[in-house]
Amino acid sequence: MAAHLSYGRVNLNILREAARKELREFLDKCAGSKAIVWDEYLTGPFGLIAQYSLLKEHEVEKMFTLKSGRLPPADVKNIIFFVRPRLELMDIIADNVLSEDKMHSPREFHILFVPRRSMLCEQRLKEQCVLGSFNNIDEYILDLIPYDGDLLSMEYESAFRECYLENDQTSLFHTAKGLMTLQALYGTIPQIFGKGDCARHVANMMLRMKREFAGTQNQILPVFDTLLLLDRNVDLLTPLATQLTYEGLIDEIYGINNGYVKLPPEKFSQKKQGEASKDLPIESKKLQLNSAEELYGEIRDKNFNAVGAALSKKAKVISAAFEERHNAKTVGEIKQFVSQLPHMQAARSSLANHTSIAELIKDITSLPEVYSSEAFFDKLTVEQEFMTGVDTDKVNTYIEDCIAQKDPLIKILRLVCMQSVCNNGLKQKVLDFYKREILQTYGFEHILTLNNLEKGGLLKPQTGSRNNHPTIRKTLKLWMEDANEQNPNDISYVYSGYAPLSIRLTQVLARPGWRSIEEVLKMLPGPHFEERQTLPSGLHKKRQQGENRTTLVFFLGGVTYAEIAALRFLSQMEDSGMEYVVATTKLINGTTWMKSLMDRPESQTA
Amino acid sequence: MAFITANWSPLGDTFYRKTELYEMCWTLRDGFKDSLVAAAPYGGPIAVLREPIRRSPSSRPQLDIFSASGVSIASLTWKSGPVVHLGWTVNDELLCIQEDGTVLIYDLFGTFKRHFSMGQEVVQTHVLEAKVFHSPYGTGIAIVTGSFRFTLTTNIEDLKLRRLPEVPGLQEKPSSWLVLSQDRQTKVLLSVGSEMFVLDNTSCTAVVPPGLSPQTGSIIHMSVSFSYKYLALFTDTGHLWTGSAHLQDKLSELDTKQTVTPKQMVWCRRPQSQQPSVVLMWDSLLLVAGLSNDTIQFALDESSVLVGEMDGVRIVGATRQELLQEVPLVCQDIFKIASMAPGALLLEAHREYQKSSQKADEYLREIKEQSMLGEAVRQCVDAAAHEYDPSTQKSLMRAASFGKCFLTDFSPDSFVSVCRELRVLNALRDAAVGQPITHDQYKQLTLQVLIDRLVYRQFYPLAIEICHYLKIPDFLGVSRVLKHWASCKVQQKDLSDEAIARAVCGKVGDSPGVSYSHIAAKAFECGRTELAIKLLDSEPRSGDQVPLLLRMKRSQLALSKAVESGDTDLVYTVVSYLKNEMNRGDFFMTLRNQPVALSLYRQFCKLQEPDTLKDLYNQDDDHQELANFYVTASYKEQRLETRVSLLQSAVDEFNKARNDFCAKATEDEMKLLRFQRKLDEEKGAGLQGLSLQATAEVLLSLGLHKQAEQLYRDFRIPDKRYWWLKLTSLADKGDWEELDKFSKSKKSPIGYLPFVEVCMKHNNKYEAKKYVSRVTPEQKVKAHLAVGDVHGAADVAIERRLDAEISAVLSRVSSSDRPIIERLQRAAAAKK
Repeated sequence: MAAHLSYGRVNLNILREAARKELREFLDKCAGSKAIVWDEYLTGPFGLIAQYSLLKEHEVEKMFTLKSGRLPPADVKNIIFFVRPRLELMDIIADNVLSEDKMHSPREFHILFVPRRSMLCEQRLKEQCVLGSFNNIDEYILDLIPYDGDLLSMEYESAFRECYLENDQTSLFHTAKGLMTLQALYGTIPQIFGKGDCARHVANMMLRMKREFAGTQNQILPVFDTLLLLDRNVDLLTPLATQLTYEGLIDEIYGINNGYVKLPPEKFSQKKQGEASKDLPIESKKLQLNSAEELYGEIRDKNFNAVGAALSKKAKVISAAFEERHNAKTVGEIKQFVSQLPHMQAARSSLANHTSIAELIKDITSLPEVYSSEAFFDKLTVEQEFMTGVDTDKVNTYIEDCIAQKDPLIKILRLVCMQSVCNNGLKQKVLDFYKREILQTYGFEHILTLNNLEKGGLLKPQTGSRNNHPTIRKTLKLWMEDANEQNPNDISYVYSGYAPLSIRLTQVLARPGWRSIEEVLKMLPGPHFEERQTLPSGLHKKRQQGENRTTLVFFLGGVTYAEIAALRFLSQMEDSGMEYVVATTKLINGTTWMKSLMDRPESQTA
Repeated sequence: MAFITANWSPLGDTFYRKTELYEMCWTLRDGFKDSLVAAAPYGGPIAVLREPIRRSPSSRPQLDIFSASGVSIASLTWKSGPVVHLGWTVNDELLCIQEDGTVLIYDLFGTFKRHFSMGQEVVQTHVLEAKVFHSPYGTGIAIVTGSFRFTLTTNIEDLKLRRLPEVPGLQEKPSSWLVLSQDRQTKVLLSVGSEMFVLDNTSCTAVVPPGLSPQTGSIIHMSVSFSYKYLALFTDTGHLWTGSAHLQDKLSELDTKQTVTPKQMVWCRRPQSQQPSVVLMWDSLLLVAGLSNDTIQFALDESSVLVGEMDGVRIVGATRQELLQEVPLVCQDIFKIASMAPGALLLEAHREYQKSSQKADEYLREIKEQSMLGEAVRQCVDAAAHEYDPSTQKSLMRAASFGKCFLTDFSPDSFVSVCRELRVLNALRDAAVGQPITHDQYKQLTLQVLIDRLVYRQFYPLAIEICHYLKIPDFLGVSRVLKHWASCKVQQKDLSDEAIARAVCGKVGDSPGVSYSHIAAKAFECGRTELAIKLLDSEPRSGDQVPLLLRMKRSQLALSKAVESGDTDLVYTVVSYLKNEMNRGDFFMTLRNQPVALSLYRQFCKLQEPDTLKDLYNQDDDHQELANFYVTASYKEQRLETRVSLLQSAVDEFNKARNDFCAKATEDEMKLLRFQRKLDEEKGAGLQGLSLQATAEVLLSLGLHKQAEQLYRDFRIPDKRYWWLKLTSLADKGDWEELDKFSKSKKSPIGYLPFVEVCMKHNNKYEAKKYVSRVTPEQKVKAHLAVGDVHGAADVAIERRLDAEISAVLSRVSSSDRPIIERLQRAAAAKK
């Protein structure tokens, strides 16, 4: 069911199985029929661990969404709340429990905290006089969720905001705990590198936790050679830019949530002859996207401009395979052909799906219609100007026009922040102009969002110091003039020219090492460091000649699909000698990231 | 060697032996006269309370605690009430059951631990008799009161008193009784004359032992075996009945010819017993009664106490201690006179070999011919395990080792483990330690319990030696010992905090599984807070430090430890504790020193207590955040006046924060709000809450050009944006005339291409064309294309000769239009 998790260098299915086992154990603790009341946020992440069938096997008969008031009727013995440890959710649970009909046949209540139980929440339940109503209060330690064969995510959306705006390091604690779990399953990671304040904090906690667990030393041969912890604020630029890989564009345009994307239905309608074509499905088409789908695995990380060619090549292969049937003469040959049919049919429907998606994207990104205000191309041009350092210190007329035409605020914020980052801060006059334009056009309430962006370093006035971004750009070769989109030879293909800073750092670390870029590292925020964890003797790997090393790259505060694509590209490079597994607090793109940083006071007058 | 059987006595078709364990180290005046004695099974400690009943203030009873070998562990004067019964718990704690029903618990060293009562009514009626019993649930106590009622608890750690039902017609003390633990139930079996009853939780049932003839008289003594499986009854005519404890089968009946009540009666069995027996003791006679009506009699020359074990009976006398047990079968096989068992032959062979006699070979051949050598080695190893005397153990093990040499594929495991275990057992049996346990008992107890018992006795070095020797994983072995040691060490009053902390940290180091917080908690319990804090410093799990620190009221320290741990939930916990403990000022000051805690608390307040949040910002002079706070608050207000006044507060704070931009922006917003209200009142425009841009749009759509113009000036809307705004608004309205006028009002700051595009957006080609001529040359191609005028576009493109423009036009020309295509291609070619 989740075989794709075990294809990669590291078998992440082990982690998923461990998580499933724990879930089953908890469900079996509550004997009898059950209903689960979900904290809605958790349903997505849980879908990556267990389908409904698993719950059903363990007598889960009903599922509800957590909301105030009385629980819907359900003839079950147990009511289980699956919730994050948040005070506001505790109040809702208390409300549920208190409005339960006392005369009704007694039902047993349980709480499962994800990812960790909290004394504060239990205290709250106690204050509400319902703590005693629960037969079981347990925690389900779900920190790192296997997302794909080489990808782990905590699906912790607010991590960046909490860390950099609110100085709340809860997510980092969970990160450290998650990494400890990972090490318990895959062995102690001997080398830890990091850059940034949060990275330092996580590494410190990990080393401390290791001391706490001293004695219960695990005896597993380490699977990972290196852990690299990277703060998102070391590289604020990358997520602001528009991703240009196939998967990245799907995410930019339609948004991928917990591995699923919802697409407009028009292109997916089954056109059968004789049927009226106006019966278009109204519901959007939901597709799961991961490497379990062979074709998707092949094209997801390609630059979108190379996807068309790949699709048509694939189409030829598939139709050739179907043509084979004419060559099948003997019964044996026919039998063999038939046995391959299901696989071929799956491939054909996968091809059809992706051709439709590619068409959808093409419509949006292709060269601009003259009077299209959302011109994708113009935006890209401006982004690339910023990334190459062209006129970053002046008010940009494109942005100005976009504001005048009331383009979506998030698009404006992405561009303004990008300019600020590429210029190491904007001149006070330029900054104030943009801010005033935004407030006057989109409303004064966005002053809070602007303050947030300034706090997070995304938007800032230029201080006395020199603009060091060109130095960083040159040293790390962030801009490659002749990026090859079809047959890439460098990671810059994922942004058609821009090489993500975060991935360059990763690449340099592998070879020749960070010592060669000390100067640049000092310009980027936060400390950089290296730690070693001693292994019990006998667990030192004896490396075969030519065997690749494995690095786990952990992005604290989120990672984009394009960055992952770049790391996969590095893994596949023949002479890199390094394979990468990616972990993150959350998969983000510029839009979701911006959204998480926005503040919108609820107006009473509206 | 022939002497080994010297202490064997035949009983039925098996043998019993009495092995001397110790010459007792104690000197007891008058033996056990007038004393209560309690000896714990498994070679446990012995407690002796002298003259428990005499109650004159001048001579108080004396309580002594000895090891099984008679080494004094503790001695104290009994100052509490009269004691009825003594007993030991499974954790080597001494239970002293007083006449008034109070049970006092002492540890091995005579230190009082705690007490509890067996019920209020007992205070009046008094405890007549009490028994301590062990079951899978722990250690229990049963008492019979002066009103002849039984009360019991099955586990003193989890005290639940159960008063058993009344026995109908019972007017006197039952002649004998005991506690049975069967089928997960605890019952009392009692006899009154010749009648017997079973009491369980709810009922009293009369029972009759099968096959006990009524003539045998009243039952005056009874005993149940170690495992609660077998029952023995003794009647006043001297008959001994044995049977199953369920009273369903009879095993035997025997006339002992003794009519006096025995002082003690104990079962003597072993697992896989050939001939179980009951041992009865009178003043000077010890009678071993087998089930085959056979008996052994020993004369007793001193008053003694019998201690039932799982595989025998210990006889503790004033001067010595012996173990009476059935000789294990394997020992019988080897040592029985003229035995031809393979083990016996191997032992003989080895003996001859040591004498360098060729007979060794003959014996060996004899064993090998029957291919029994493996069996012979096994027998010797097994027998060695059962022997108490080290030299016998040695000769058996040597014989086994000798035999092993002639075997090729014999697993050495049992040999090695028995060697190790015997070494441990011999060390335990040493008089100084005094734990005379047999190999069977050792197996039953498990090593864990054994180490715990050594630890209770504070034999720390020996316990650690054993752990090392048996290679027990540290967290199961050494760490446990160290934990106990450290907990004990912190109670030493004569040492300074410094010295103890140093000693503990030095010894414990970072042994896995030793919790410093546990040790510190112990220190704190003993009132040594400073020491506890010192010890907590070495605790690596900050999570564990915090609760104890809070208990010790070291809240500041607890907070910094919580912060250190990174566990935000823990920080929240301390913070909410502090909030309740401290006054607000101190609380805020404390938080101020812990930025992490402070920001977490802010988060909490943001959601739960917005007013506190304001106070926090105020205290920190965080004007920027205060301003943000007021801005947020302003949106929650309905009334315009309140909103404006909150925004004014925000302006003040922005000014204090030297954030000129925000201050100005907020002032503008106030101005806008007032402006909107004015117009809403005058014209009912519905502007309240809109952005400046949206306001202007509404005004234009309502035709309020003058007011829009005012906004443009008052709020200094940039020209470009204002032109865009007006352009789109007029187009939306379809007011093409006004748009035309506007376009001519002055030179457009955004050029005229937008005019073309916006008109086209509204599908008004006619209007759009008007503006094409005014578009700058650079954008002209675009403009022509926008209105669909390919020819015009081509003309301009050819004139301007720019590749990009030419190809842009080419891409739009319909392929049928050959002349234009050719012209364009020529132009492109000419350029090259």
